[in-house]
Amino acid sequence: MSLLDVKGVSISFGGVRAVQDVSFSIDKGQIVSVIGPNGAGKTTLFNMLSGVYSPQQGEVRLAGELVTGMPAHLLARRGLSRTFQNLQIFSAMTVLENVATGFHLQENGSLLADLLGLPSARRRMKRSEEQSMELLKTVGLERAAGFEAGSLSYGALKRLEIARALALQPQLLLLDEPAAGCNAVETEEIEKLVAQVAKSGTAILLVEHDMKMVMRISNHIVVLDHGEKIAEGTPAEVVSHPRVIEAYLGVAATEEATRYAEC
Amino acid sequence: MSEFMQFLLSGLTVGAVYALVALGFTIIYNASDVANFAQGEFVMLGGMITASAYAAGAPLLLAATLAIVLTAVIGILLNKLAIEPARGAPVASLIIITIGASIFIRGLTQILLDKELHRFPAFSGDDPIHVLGATILPQSLWVIAGALLVFVALWLFFTRTLTGRAVLATANNRIAALLVGINTRYIMALSFALSAAIGALAGILITPITLTSYDIGMTMALKGFAAAMLGGMGNPKGALAGGLVLGLLEALTAGYLSSQYKDAAAFVVILAVLFFMPQGMFGRKVAERV
Amino acid sequence: MKRLSSKQVTLLVLLALIALAPLFFPSSYYLRIGSLVFVNSLSVISIVILTGYVGQISLGHAGFIGIGAYACALAPVHFNVSVLTASVLGAVVSGVVAWVVGRPILRLRGYYLSVATLGFGMLIFMVLNNEAWLTGGPDGMVVADPGIRALLKSWGISLNNAEFWYAFNGFVLLIGVWIALNLKHSATGRALHALHGSEVAARTVGIDVARFKLRGFVISAVYASIAGSLLAMQNRFVTPDVAGFMHSVEIVTMAVLGGAASVVGAILGATLLTALPQILTFLQEYEQIVLGLIMMLVMIFLRGGVLPSLVRMVRGRG
Repeated sequence: MSLLDVKGVSISFGGVRAVQDVSFSIDKGQIVSVIGPNGAGKTTLFNMLSGVYSPQQGEVRLAGELVTGMPAHLLARRGLSRTFQNLQIFSAMTVLENVATGFHLQENGSLLADLLGLPSARRRMKRSEEQSMELLKTVGLERAAGFEAGSLSYGALKRLEIARALALQPQLLLLDEPAAGCNAVETEEIEKLVAQVAKSGTAILLVEHDMKMVMRISNHIVVLDHGEKIAEGTPAEVVSHPRVIEAYLGVAATEEATRYAEC
Repeated sequence: MSEFMQFLLSGLTVGAVYALVALGFTIIYNASDVANFAQGEFVMLGGMITASAYAAGAPLLLAATLAIVLTAVIGILLNKLAIEPARGAPVASLIIITIGASIFIRGLTQILLDKELHRFPAFSGDDPIHVLGATILPQSLWVIAGALLVFVALWLFFTRTLTGRAVLATANNRIAALLVGINTRYIMALSFALSAAIGALAGILITPITLTSYDIGMTMALKGFAAAMLGGMGNPKGALAGGLVLGLLEALTAGYLSSQYKDAAAFVVILAVLFFMPQGMFGRKVAERV
Repeated sequence: MKRLSSKQVTLLVLLALIALAPLFFPSSYYLRIGSLVFVNSLSVISIVILTGYVGQISLGHAGFIGIGAYACALAPVHFNVSVLTASVLGAVVSGVVAWVVGRPILRLRGYYLSVATLGFGMLIFMVLNNEAWLTGGPDGMVVADPGIRALLKSWGISLNNAEFWYAFNGFVLLIGVWIALNLKHSATGRALHALHGSEVAARTVGIDVARFKLRGFVISAVYASIAGSLLAMQNRFVTPDVAGFMHSVEIVTMAVLGGAASVVGAILGATLLTALPQILTFLQEYEQIVLGLIMMLVMIFLRGGVLPSLVRMVRGRG
């Protein structure tokens, strides 16, 4: 049984078919990338899988359970977390607090204990903060723990979002263009981080434009174009697939593809 | 049946006023994404300034013109001094600013004029006209006709004149409008002046029937807002429809349920629209992009 | 000695201020102003919990104040309970009403939510004003003496009316501040803060946004209700204006002035707007002009209120 099973999901906005009959699956510990030209429907697919949109057709199963259209906070309960392409950090909170929000489900506290400042409430907070520091160390942000999140650089914020997503100890982590807008050094750090996370058993679904990174770390690639799946397979298979090359168009793409095919 | 007719007529009259207030809301909302809670004060100012000028001896037409012009100026000042400096502020701030402005205007009126009820004579007398078993005041006909005239005039303005189309363009996309050379600051000032003038006119038309005083603004603003929301925020056709429907609902509530709770009709409408039909009768559904 | 937390410091400073201020009061009239400041602070804290934590502006919160106030007037008469019990009942009713009304209202945003709350407040006012057979209508109702002062006297503690209400309201305020600070520094507080920052991200980490917004709304309503009960008990009288739009506006202005994101800001705003007009009584006529000006000027020039702006100036931008 796969960890994530996507069967025939579709969604339209107005008259536009953003995603049409897409199916694929992810197994435990795998890194699967979704690629495709701009406007192919990758982020929309992501949003359907993470509870932001509800698929109009098709079904999604997480660890065997039917979760189609389930809202994001319930998916989080089932071990699915994500990062955002355009960043959704809590800019008024500190870096540490941002990550600590990821432990919300673990805290599972009583409102009364919180209102009365009972020791149990304080212990919970302390534990969340200690674990958050550990996560910050993992992503290399421990020195920024007390800073206001809004003051960090773009690359650092991307890592912060990953730390926050990891706090949920997810079975499946959705990364929405984690390397977008990052320079070469930042991209390398993200790549290392992603590989590390996958090694620890978390499955990863990645949307990314950086082809070199995608080719290097993915076990499996799904290619979308105009909302439809046009190919899937290992990096080598996908890169020499005629429809994929056609979708990306242009001499540059064909050249790059040929170069990889020769690797 | 004649009782129902009576409620219908009074509902249309008051509905016409709400439609005008809603139209004022709509124009400013379209131009600046701000729901101007001070809109009701424009209605109050129209009535109060006219009443004061008239009481001071001015002929009615002059008093009314003065009121409209003054209120338009106040509208422009509101934009210049309170809204423009807060450009880009979060919605919460804008709400507070426009409420603050409305309270400020009300307080100023209370000090400069007084807290009494005021009136001036109806435009063509007070002899009720009999129609279909009910009576209607001539002034009510002025109100309804005036409102329809304003709506038609504005429709022509927005669709047939260059300035009008510039306003629509600015409402649609401010940056694009700037880029094609439209003076958006002028357009904003114009929108506020127009809304204020329309509000003032509404106040002038209705005062001979319902009288006016310094504190009618907030209730008027709420009802205008309810009407705008009912019709679909930002849609002028909706403002007209929403205003008339609200007026009818209010009159029917007053007639058949309880006159004490007639104001509640507007609030119930607001809550009902918000919960069941947030886009109103003619509005568009908006989705949030992540 | 272990370093005190900021919460403990705040409470101690507040306690000191409350305890020592009467030493500087030229007359017992100021004790009355003080107890009014404490009540208003509670009202403003209720706004801070809603606005600062949940991020929405309520223009009808006086409705809950009215429920708390009229509970103290009505319950002893109709249910034969003590006035204090009535205030607890009022808080419960407010909480329940907030829970019922909050669920649909909190699905809204921005203007729409504010207008919905405004409508809610107006409806409460209308009922209180119109149902004269029950509430006395615009003329108001008498509230019975809660009897605590007599109880204290029987224990040998003798306070006059002004002294008692100053101490009692101050005490209730301290408890209210303590709870509000606990909330802020708790997991629930962090969840509220998160959903204020980004609802989408909050959901992603598993926060049930609707449920937490509702919790914030209910807690906020209970605070307002208790403030209303204190007002009723202290004045021995209630009128529908306690639930009216102007009252809602006053407390929102106090919140805005002090900085709607913090408890300390709430107390600051309440103090400024309560104490000043009382001392400068000639301002009464100009109340609306002053309130209106404050709301506009603070929002335009002192983004976020007096306290945050001061803090920013002291800390230096960054």
